[in-house]
This record gives sequence, C-alpha cells and structure tokens, in this order.
Amino acid sequence: MNFLIILLSVLGLIALIQLVRVFEITGKLRGNNQDDIDFQENKLRAKLWLLFGIAYFGFFIWLAWEYGDDLLPVAASEHGAVIDNVLNFNWVILIIAFVLTHVLLFYFASKYYWKPNHKADFITHSTKLELIWTTFPAIVLAVIVIYGLSAWNDITDDAPEDSINIELYSKQFAWVARYAGEDNKLGEANYNFIGGSNQLGLITPETIQERKSSLEDEVINIEANLANAPEGGAKEEELQENLDKKKRQLAKIKTYERQNEVDPFVNADDDKIVNMEFHIPVDQPVNFQFRSQDVIHSAYMPHFRAQMNCVPGAKTRFHFTPTITTEEMREKTGNDEFNYLLYCNKICGAAHYNMQMTIVVESQEDYEKWLSEQSTFTSVETAQSREEEKEVSEEEVLAEKN
Amino acid sequence: MSTQAHAAEHHKESFVSKYIFSHDHKMIAKQFLITGMVMATIGMAMSLLFRLQLAWPGESFSVLNFFLGDKWAPDGVLDPNMYLALGTIHGTIMVFFLLTAGLSGTFANLLIPLQIGARDMASGFMNMLSYWGFFISSVIMVISLFVESGPASAGWTVYPPLSALPQAMPGSGLGMTLWLVSMVFFIASQLIGGLNYIVTVINLRTKGMKMTRLPLTIWAILVTAILGLLSFPVLFSAALLLLFDRSFGTAFYLSDIYIAGEALTQTGGSPILYQHLFWFLGHPEVYIILLPALGLTSEVISTNARKPIFGYRAMVGSILAIGFLSFIVWGHHMFVTGMDPFIGAVFTFTTLLIAIPSAVKAFNYITTLWKGNIRFTPAMMFSIGMVSTFISGGLTGIILADSALDINLHDTYFVVAHFHIVMGLSAVLAMFAGVYHWFPKMYGRMMNMKLGYAHFWLTFISGYGVFFPMHFFGLAGVPRRYYTNSEFPMFDVFIDLNILVTVFAIIGGFAQLLFFFNFFYSMVRGPKASQNPWKSNTLEWTTPVEHIHGNWPGKLPEVHRWAYDYSKPGKEDDFVPQTVPLEEGEKDGEH
Repeated sequence: MNFLIILLSVLGLIALIQLVRVFEITGKLRGNNQDDIDFQENKLRAKLWLLFGIAYFGFFIWLAWEYGDDLLPVAASEHGAVIDNVLNFNWVILIIAFVLTHVLLFYFASKYYWKPNHKADFITHSTKLELIWTTFPAIVLAVIVIYGLSAWNDITDDAPEDSINIELYSKQFAWVARYAGEDNKLGEANYNFIGGSNQLGLITPETIQERKSSLEDEVINIEANLANAPEGGAKEEELQENLDKKKRQLAKIKTYERQNEVDPFVNADDDKIVNMEFHIPVDQPVNFQFRSQDVIHSAYMPHFRAQMNCVPGAKTRFHFTPTITTEEMREKTGNDEFNYLLYCNKICGAAHYNMQMTIVVESQEDYEKWLSEQSTFTSVETAQSREEEKEVSEEEVLAEKN
Repeated sequence: MSTQAHAAEHHKESFVSKYIFSHDHKMIAKQFLITGMVMATIGMAMSLLFRLQLAWPGESFSVLNFFLGDKWAPDGVLDPNMYLALGTIHGTIMVFFLLTAGLSGTFANLLIPLQIGARDMASGFMNMLSYWGFFISSVIMVISLFVESGPASAGWTVYPPLSALPQAMPGSGLGMTLWLVSMVFFIASQLIGGLNYIVTVINLRTKGMKMTRLPLTIWAILVTAILGLLSFPVLFSAALLLLFDRSFGTAFYLSDIYIAGEALTQTGGSPILYQHLFWFLGHPEVYIILLPALGLTSEVISTNARKPIFGYRAMVGSILAIGFLSFIVWGHHMFVTGMDPFIGAVFTFTTLLIAIPSAVKAFNYITTLWKGNIRFTPAMMFSIGMVSTFISGGLTGIILADSALDINLHDTYFVVAHFHIVMGLSAVLAMFAGVYHWFPKMYGRMMNMKLGYAHFWLTFISGYGVFFPMHFFGLAGVPRRYYTNSEFPMFDVFIDLNILVTVFAIIGGFAQLLFFFNFFYSMVRGPKASQNPWKSNTLEWTTPVEHIHGNWPGKLPEVHRWAYDYSKPGKEDDFVPQTVPLEEGEKDGEH
C-alpha cells in the first residue's frame, strides 16, 4: 500500500514536470515573449472574476437557504430580543456593503482587462470621492455604535432588586448550580473548604469545624510520618513542604473561625445545590454569579443570548429575564426534545466539548414546587440545633452579665 | 570602509557565509521564506488532521495513526488532548511563524533595501541574528511536538490557569514550557529584525527617496515594524510571568484554585491580567500580519492595473491610523471576561473606528481597478482575491466589535470564520501574490503561470469553501475548540456541512503541492527572467537579474518621482520608473 502511494506520487510528479515543459514549449512556439501577455487569455481571466462573483453570491444564498432555519431559535430572554434586533440591523447594513463592494470589485476586474495600445486613465486621487467614503462609513458606524452600546448598557446595568440569585459554578468538566434559598443571599465560599461533600467550598459553622478537624488530623498524620522519615532525604523535604501547606491552610480556616464567632456564616444554610439540570421561572429576572474551581470556563447560554466567563479567584455576574418556557419553545421549534442548554465556551481541557447542563424554564408555580423538593445545604435539624445552642449560650452570657 | 567600496569589492564567499550565515538581505529573505514554508506545511497538515476528526468524529483513520502514533491516535481515532494540541500548534505556527516571521521576514528583508535604494540593511549582522533567532525558535517549536506529554494544548492564546498547571491537561507540561521558550526566541528575533527595518527605512533611503515617494509596501512594513517593536515586549513579559507561575510558584495569574484534589497555595493573582498583556500584543499582531499583506497587494494591484494606486496619501494615512488604533482596541477580545461594562463600551468604540481607515483602503483598491488596463498575472489574481477576503472578513468584524453582539458570538465558529478570512486568508493570498510577483527578483527565473492560475483558483475557492460556512455554525451557537459536536443533538444538522468544509480543506491543502512544485521547479528550471518582467516602476527592478552583493553595480540609483507613474499621459510607455528624471514642467506624485 505504502509502496503504491510512493509510486503514484513519483509518477504524478513526473507527469507534472512534463506538463510544465509542454506549457513552456508551446509558449515558445507561439512566439510568446514572457513579458507579453496573451490578449484572449487575459480577457478570459477577467471574465472568470464575473463567474466567480456569481458563484460566490450563489454559495452565500444556498447556505442561507439551506441552513438559515438551523440557526439559534428566537431569543428566549428580554435582552436577547434586543440583541437580535441589533444583529439584524447590522446584517442589513453589512450585506448591502458586502454586495455593493463585491459587485464593483468583480465588475471592474472583468471589465477593465488589458487591451493592447491602450492606456489606463491616469487617476491618482479624488478628494471629493475620498471624503465621501470616509464620512459615509463614519456616519453609519456612529449609528451602529450608538445602537449597540445603548443595548450593551442596558444589558450590563445592575440587576433588578427582585432578581433570583443563582450561582453557576464550573469545574473540569461539569457545572453546578446553587440557589440562594429563602434569604435570597448566596452563602460565602472559599476554595480552602472544598472537600468531602462540600463540593463548592461553602462556609458554615459546621464546615469550619469539619475542615478544621480534618486538617488537624492531616497535620498530626504528616508530623508522625515526618518523625519516621530518614533525615535529609527527598521524602523528608516533600513531607515538610506538605506540612507547611496544610498549616497555612489551617491558619486560613482559623481566621474564618474567629470571624464566625463575631458574625456567624449562616447565609449558606438554606442554599440549594443542584447538578445536571437547573430550573428558572419565566418572566422573572435571574441574577447569575459565576465562579470557577480550576481553570477559566465560560458559561454560554446561547438561547438566552447570554455568556460570561468563569474566572478562578473572581466572581463574575450576568443577569437576564427568560421569556419563553421550555414547553413553549418546544412548540415553537416543533422539536419535542428541545432543551435550553448551558455549555462551556472557553477551552478548559480534554472534555471541554462535553461540559453541559440542562436549563428548564417553567411557570412560577412549577419552579417553586421543584425548588421546594431540593434539599438545603445545611439540614434543617442541624441549623435548628445550632440555633438552640446559640440561644442557650446567649442566655448564659446574659445570666453572667446579670 | 564606505558602502561604495564595500559594494565594489568582490567577496570570495564560502558556502557557509553565502547560504547559511549570510549577511545579505536577499539571502536572508529567502531563508525566512523557505523556513516559513516548512513551518506552514506542518501547520497546514495539522489542520487537515483535526478537520478529519471534525467531519467524521470518532472514526478511525490510518493517516492519523501514521502521524500521531498509538499514544495520540489509538486505532486511528484522534485523542481529545491531541485534538487541542493540533489546534494550538496550528494557530501558533500560522500566526507567528508563517504570517509574522514568514511574511514580514521575507518581504521586509527583500524589499526594504531594494525599494529604497540601499546596499543592504543597516546592520547585516543583526539581520542574520534575527533569522537565526527565528530558526532556533522554529526548531524548539518543532521539538515540542515530540515530547512525551504532548505539545502545548491550551489554544494559541495559552490562557492560564489552563496553560499554567500541568494538572489541568497533559499539554501544559513540558510541551508548554518549550512553547514559551520558543516564543522568547521568536520575540527576540522579531525585535532585532524590527529595529533593523525601522533604522534602514529611516536612514538609508537613496537620494530623492522622500518619505512621500516611498512605495506603499515600505510604508506598510515600516509601520508593521514599529507595531512589533512596541507590542512584542509586552508579550515577552506575559510569557515570562507565565513561566514564573509555572516553574517558581509565583502567583501572577493564579488565585484560589482547587485542582486534582488539591487546593493550591497561590492566591492574589489574576488570569485576566494575562489576557490584557497577551492581547496588548495580540491585537497589534493582527495588523502586524495584515499591514504587510495590504502593502504587497497595493504594489501588485497598481503595477498590474497599469494605473496609479488610488489615493496614495489616503492609503498612507490609513496605514498610520490603523497602526495607531490597533493599540487601543485589545479589550474587544475580553468583553465577556467580566470586565467593567464602561471599559467594554470604550473598546467597542475604538474598535469600530478601525473600520473607517479599513473601508478607505478597500474602496481605494476597488477604484484602482476602475478604468485600469489590468494584466491578470497570478500575483494580480491573488491580490484581487485578497481584496475580496479583506472585505468579506472585515465586515463581520463590525459585528464582533459590537460588545452587545459579542456576548452571544464570542468564542463561537463565527469568530473562527471572521479571523480566518480577514487575517488568515487575506495574508496568505497576499503572501502568495508577493511570491509570484517577486520570484523573478529572488531567483532570477519566472514561475510557471498556468500552474499559478490553477493554484490560485483552488486555493481561493477552497479558502472560502472552508471558512464561509463557519459563519453559520457560529450563528447556531457552535463553540470553537470542540473535539466533536456529537454530544449536542442540536448541532446534528451541520454534519453534512462539516464534511463539505473538510473536503474543501483537503482540496485547498493539496493544492499547495502545485505551489511547492512550481516554486522549486522554477527555482532551477524556470525560464530566465528579464530585468523588469512586470514593467514596474519601483527600484528593485533596476538591479541586475543576477544578485550581487550591494544590489547595484556602480552608483546607487537616484529617485525623481513617486512609485506610481503608470499610464501617465504624454509618456510613451505605460510606466515610468522612479529613476527617470522629471521632465520640465512635469509634476510628481498626486497631481
């Protein structure tokens, strides 16, 4: 097989060489000077531009005809409809500019081919023309800028106060959604708390204690290993490094512990964490907060014309109001299996291509019903017993004071 | 030793000093061109490999197994990590190695001394260093393809933390380190080269070659070199800090990361900082690629339309305006990073301003053809094609520059379509135009025209065939850098179109064999060129066909007029070389 490919390539190469020589010899026989050009051939080349122009526009029209309906369906959010309007407005202008310039380009190329004993017109410039085609695009662009930026300003304005707060948390290679719960406040989180069942690193009085004791165990463990490790070896160095790291982490946890004594971390108690699928109510503004665990991801929700990067070490935000429920969209698109999707749109590693989550848009009642079925981060019993303890201790403090 | 005496002296040159460590700008130009062609072959081949996967996801191809081996293409099925690596290296090679070093390196070196009437570059030695810096960087980049953990895979922009943490993907191991080291050499080469270009253009113009008489190629190359000189150092610092984060535990770009079951100690850095630094180069870089392409096209179009370039002053003004604006638009790559919306608005405004000088250039090209006397040489075909891609791709830039619209199109195939057409195709077409046009100057022989036309049509049509449909993918929400779309039933409608794209890519890729054959065959067997085969005005066509050290035998030519006196009324020929003195009462330039 390989031999055959090599043989074919060599034969092809020889054929090509012979072909080129034939071109050269026939050229010489016709008495062509290399500096001169053949009038007929040159004219044919000019006309080919016209042909290409038709083919190019034809390709464009065919693509639009064939695939125009497979683009994103109608925007399912308030601001998305505005974005679509801006986009359509731009398309009108751009397609006019595209067709106009290309018609001129191909027309001129096909018309003004070389003719012997003829000279081109010596036209160096035209201030008037140039002024026109500087100011005219400038005016059109001004309109585009103003229209686009007024939409941008509205979209990026502060979220309405009655928005539902939801966090979208990204990691290689999955999404997690967190609802703010009864208080509509997302509890605080820190990456040092990630571990065990606490996949988002939420901070509550319990997670502080859990994390502290698990880190203290680890420190004791490493110290024991360190005592047994041979001195001066690579093993010792590694353990020492690990120990320092854990101690630093422990110190950080302890700062949260002290803070907790003054102002308890209770916002995360009623937060609800969901995987695979999250629900939002129709016609209700949703304010998303985005975080990332490891690398940059991008939360892309194209049906809502929404996108925001998830950046490790930072919180980013985007808000929108969905306007069409999943059911309604299924009817509109005629696709019973249609689902709104959230997927990753910033290269994040091997499985970047499959990092998605389903979004369900539904009525307020359905949404509330679904949400009430989800469990809170801190179980109700734990929160209650913590509350009782607190009351007891406050009574003790009061008693002491008195 | 004066340059005059230097030229007259006949060097006895050894093979090494003539062909390898040459100080001669013409030889260095050829070295850049051939190295660029070799790198481009690798970059192009990679794109064909990953296009196979995109058209027929998960299917087995023995060619994949042949090139990538059992580790990266077990049973002929591409590994997702290798898919990302192929895309990354394809981008890196095409942007930096072909269209920055290959394009500028070739034509700045060849044309600056020849078109301004200089014996050589200001510093031949620095020029040699520039090439060898590029060569070393190319070698390191190629070596990085063969390391155990695979080449860099975080995309050609190598955003941290993905590129900073070997735990995040295998390509962020040794392959990434080599990528960064290669870029350090590359940037050094660019800076040395750029400095040399600027000094040469400013100081070594021959008598009468006023700035207002410079051919547009030189104007474009000059501004390109200035852009490179001001922006590449910023990429250098970005790469250096990334190297620190990777190797020395610093936290310039890293903060609050939990990866591979471990919380990293780095806090306080920002991955967004890297993006600002990267795009501070990255955006001017687009024009570092595009401006020389526009310069070459201007020259070829004017010569072959036998007509002065329309609006020379406006063209120079546009080049300067584009050059300046290119420094204040980088944020449009970052609209959805969570940046302050007000800053986003400013970047939208500045970005859309660039459309004005760009439009002026496009209109001027079209008007140059108007009432011309066009000779459709292969170079002219490529140049007209370039004007078309420049317009087609440039227009979609207006959409992406609009921050409100970018929210939904950011990082989709719409972006891939846009920049491949406006920057990739345009620059490649212009580079081909340059090679076909100046081949007689480089090798003293003519390239075969018929093969040239076949090469043009195959390249041009397949170029549009590959990238035009991608607009539609993008408008349907298909993200770039996806190993396969088959996890998304909503994208199944594009299966056929993806195959069409790959078929065009294969045709376009193999069409380059025609060029390679033509190039090397003509180098040795092509018909001997005459001194001025295209009847052009510029100075390079007054040098002898056989290359000599110092370019002109005897005195340097004196320039009396601008470069665009084509079809001037009252002249016998339809061209008047710049060395012809003005007749009494004759006016020079745009009058």
